[in-house]
Amino acid sequence: MGPMISLEAKNLGKWFGHRKVFEGIRFRLEGRESLVIRGRNGSGKTTLLKVLSGLLRPTTGQTVISHDGKELSPDQRRNLLGMVMPDLELYGELTAFENLLYLSRIRGTRPEKETIRDKIKRVGLEGRGDDPVSSFSSGMKQRLKYAFALLNDPRILFLDEPTAYLDEEGASLVHQIIGFHREKNLVIIATNEQSDLRYADQEIHLGD
Amino acid sequence: MQIRKFTWATKSAWLLAKELKSEFRTRYALNAVFMFALTTLAVTSFSIGAFALTPRIVSSLLWLVIFFSSLSGLAQVFVKEEEAKTASLLRLVAAPDTVFLGKLLFNLALLLMLELIVVPLFMVWMNVSILNLGLFLSVLLLGTLGLVCATTILAVIVSKARAKGSLFAVLSFPVLLPLLIASIDGTRLSLEGQEFAAGWGDIRLLVSYLVVMFVASFLLFDSVWSE
Repeated sequence: MGPMISLEAKNLGKWFGHRKVFEGIRFRLEGRESLVIRGRNGSGKTTLLKVLSGLLRPTTGQTVISHDGKELSPDQRRNLLGMVMPDLELYGELTAFENLLYLSRIRGTRPEKETIRDKIKRVGLEGRGDDPVSSFSSGMKQRLKYAFALLNDPRILFLDEPTAYLDEEGASLVHQIIGFHREKNLVIIATNEQSDLRYADQEIHLGD
Repeated sequence: MQIRKFTWATKSAWLLAKELKSEFRTRYALNAVFMFALTTLAVTSFSIGAFALTPRIVSSLLWLVIFFSSLSGLAQVFVKEEEAKTASLLRLVAAPDTVFLGKLLFNLALLLMLELIVVPLFMVWMNVSILNLGLFLSVLLLGTLGLVCATTILAVIVSKARAKGSLFAVLSFPVLLPLLIASIDGTRLSLEGQEFAAGWGDIRLLVSYLVVMFVASFLLFDSVWSE
């Protein structure tokens, strides 16, 4: 097993103007633990994922991500995170391959082109790597988001409604991915699917 | 997997490459900027006809074409990210300074491409001679850099608003006024054939504007972009 990764939420709260989304969120994940975030529509699951990943700033509290006990800066975190969520759209005018190539290089990593092709193949998009993403169905886009999220072998995987838009085969692939990542890394899932609860080492229910 | 790390400047260069590829595929900003510039140029040229214009009016017209053309296209750099819902993806993969520099370089490339076509056309259609080319190019370059710095930070501000187009024009005018005054005056001096020393005041003002605008934009960008 590689170096220990941990994520700690310290009294997280988020307001949009005067509207409170959540407050007082505290937990600590380390090693190979998984967290499932549940709650009705609009309860703030996606917002909490965004705050934990650094996409949104919390109104109160903070998220601390550490690698072997050493707190990471936002730049260091960026290379350790993988994320799949409906709000995270890929560039429609670029091909699947170009999306992964440019985004990984903008992130600051330089995976080999073969590695990128392998990831595209792994999510069932073999032969479609050179097609523009705008020509993809919702399910294909969701698969491509997984290819991108897994490209840098993330130590923390954030998933929002992980099987949304996917057919049975796609959903099965996602469960394989989650199972594989739980063996080595942290996985945080926002979902209302009962079947996803099997991944929960810890659980948060928003809106209570 | 073999992974090599990139530096901050290289990441921005990759963002620029991505922007250029996206732009040449969609022509999202390119069409807006070029069509506006060419239409304005044609209308101005036909309206003026055979009238002989003073250097002051010619330089004002030139900068008006550049100013309004840039307003029509340079904001798209962030507006299209918000509209296509790709902004979050960019926030996830890139540090704010990488995004700022990459987008600024893209806007600079777009405006330089525009000027490469529009400025010679303007000179030919308006029958204008540049008597001090060195001063003219210096003012044009500094004015362009200042314009790009200001519009890039304004673009990220308006990208989160509802009335993006009108807000961009309203916010840009007061911010860009000092730049436009100095650019118009410097261009006038170059058309009149004045010595470089005569335009030194305008050059200094343009350099100061550029430095202040770049530093302020760079420092403010994170707080505007990240929330």
